Amino acid sequence: MQITSPQFKANARHALDDAPLQRALGHVRSGFITKRATAAAALPEFEQLRDNARDIKDHVLAHLDLYLEAYAEKVEAAGGTVHWAETAEDARRIILDICRKRGARTVTKGKSMITEEIGLNAFLDEHSVAPVETDLGEYIIQLRGEHPSHIIAPAVHVNKDQVEADFRRVHTHLDPNRNLEEPTTLLGEARAVLRDKYFQADIGITGANFLVAETGSSIIVTNEGNGDLTQILPKTHVVVASIEKIVPTLEDVSQILRVLARSATGQDMSVYTTVSTGPKRAGDPDGPEEYHVVLLDNGRSAMLGTEFQDMLRCIRCGACMNHCPVYHAVGGHAYGWVYPGPMGAVLTPSLIGVDQSGHLPNASTFCGRCESVCPMRIPLPKMMRHWREREFSRNLNPATARYGLALWAFFAKRPALYQGLTRLAMGALGLIGRGRGRFSFLPLAGGWTRHRDLPAPQGGTFQAQWAKARGAKAKDMRSKSASGRASA
Amino acid sequence: MSDAKASILARMRSAMGRKGDETVRRAAVADRLQRAPRGLIPARGQLAPTARVALFCEMAEKVQASIARVASPAEVPQAVTDYLKSKNLPARVRFGEDARLAEMPWAAQANLEIDRGRAENADLATVSHAFGGIAETGTLMLTSGPDNPTTLNFLPEHHIVVVSAADIAGDYESLWERIRGRFGKGTMPRTVNMITGPSRSADIEQTLLLGAHGPRALHIVVVGEA
Repeated sequence: MQITSPQFKANARHALDDAPLQRALGHVRSGFITKRATAAAALPEFEQLRDNARDIKDHVLAHLDLYLEAYAEKVEAAGGTVHWAETAEDARRIILDICRKRGARTVTKGKSMITEEIGLNAFLDEHSVAPVETDLGEYIIQLRGEHPSHIIAPAVHVNKDQVEADFRRVHTHLDPNRNLEEPTTLLGEARAVLRDKYFQADIGITGANFLVAETGSSIIVTNEGNGDLTQILPKTHVVVASIEKIVPTLEDVSQILRVLARSATGQDMSVYTTVSTGPKRAGDPDGPEEYHVVLLDNGRSAMLGTEFQDMLRCIRCGACMNHCPVYHAVGGHAYGWVYPGPMGAVLTPSLIGVDQSGHLPNASTFCGRCESVCPMRIPLPKMMRHWREREFSRNLNPATARYGLALWAFFAKRPALYQGLTRLAMGALGLIGRGRGRFSFLPLAGGWTRHRDLPAPQGGTFQAQWAKARGAKAKDMRSKSASGRASA
Repeated sequence: MSDAKASILARMRSAMGRKGDETVRRAAVADRLQRAPRGLIPARGQLAPTARVALFCEMAEKVQASIARVASPAEVPQAVTDYLKSKNLPARVRFGEDARLAEMPWAAQANLEIDRGRAENADLATVSHAFGGIAETGTLMLTSGPDNPTTLNFLPEHHIVVVSAADIAGDYESLWERIRGRFGKGTMPRTVNMITGPSRSADIEQTLLLGAHGPRALHIVVVGEA
């Protein structure tokens, strides 16, 4: 897909002016946060399970090569085939190759962010294989020619009336006067249209939430059941998964499952958690005849051993974006590639380069909500800070930002000068602004005053006030201990 | 593509600063895969048998499944007929070759038509026998095969699942242990489905709707006492 991350600022401005988008984003702000909080509060062990989930993935990442080998052996023992793909292009080629061998003309797809990452749909289309997205949200955005704006709610930027218009535009075989007012009728229509597709498809492609080394199984976690129909009805099931999806055992999966759905949608458990191992067995009346797993690296192995390794713990629950004030304001498309929100701000520079996506780690207030809700305890703000440092050290920031930072650093390294100057500046600003108590224009602060007034400072600098308060506290403590001694 | 495998693994090892003797790491991996240690099991499902089955029913109803409890397998066909009637469905179901289902007195349901084998698109109601249940979240576990074909779980509008109260565990881990007992360590049936309530989607304006692509309704018949 076209990368627009370098235009993040323009994207964001556009998003803020987009009234339907802003209406749709209201659903993110209101829904997800309460649901997660309620589900987490209802399980007393939740915080400890987050620790366990983090530890499991850390253990996996320290032994990733060995677990991958063990996993691949098990897949093959169960009659499946493992394909290793170093890059997105390799993965696309491998999948097209499978399609050609099976003479596939239609493939159905379960929801998969990895296939978004490798741009699979456009590639298959170019090569005369028609991909059909079956997750309701993915189906809607495929009709609209868009990409997901959220990793678990891909069509969260779309309103009901827009879905209705799209269905009328595409489902021309249906009565044009039908009533599509209710969301249930929209759902019913999508269900009926997609039912036929499952049966027509030659190949079903899904992602994987987990790959289990102990058994060689792939696991998908869904609510709709589309992923299951995608993988049991066609003759071939292709799983596309990145290498860090490995988990040692079914017990380990169970630990992480307990934090996944709660963090994502506030469910205790998603409706369908499906463990698939190899092709169908002799005597099985249903299931695929062939089972392929495409293991994708695409830059991940290079993250091992770096300050970004922790990002490979991510289980794609979406909690970080659900709680992000920046995501709430601009939505997912503004981020300009596949992964939005805080996890995208950290992962995108690793996968497409910080020169392309340097704005993303800067698009954060560092409020820390993402880290506080991340089920895998990924230190997202810290890693965004690492990207900012790399961006700075590689001279990728605009000149004004660099000079500004250098100037600030000069003073910050000289505390006496810094304190003297800030005291002087505060005093002067306080004096000039004492009439209105605020500034509607200030040289060098246009970025602030264009949108709101800057309050005029009152009293001393923060450091002066801090020193004063500490002095008073110390004095208070001294007098308290003195009176304590006196009474003893 | 074995070149790709070698170079991905080599890149990982060099990124992790691995060279030379790997005995310790290999032993750690082999040990974890062999022992499959349990992590933290929430207290919620760790109850005496009767309370455990009650919790299973409560949790399943919370996620919009419906529950019928019967005293013995012989009462299941009647419970199925009752459910179909209550939903104004035709008296017709499909199920696989599960021996427990086969032994039930279906013939006593005079008007009930029974189809066998994998599900078809037009099926309105199917019956499966679960491998077990998990009280912690009201989750059913089903395994694929001729006994209970996987398509029965996803194609119909109404999925009726029979589960023995004695097979309802407190947690997922207990059932994984039972799966190993049945199929062998490290060996799995083609598909294990964990099902928690009927199919749903909230993709249109975050409004929860039942019956997305899978069954609109999940009816669970719990047989006997734990």
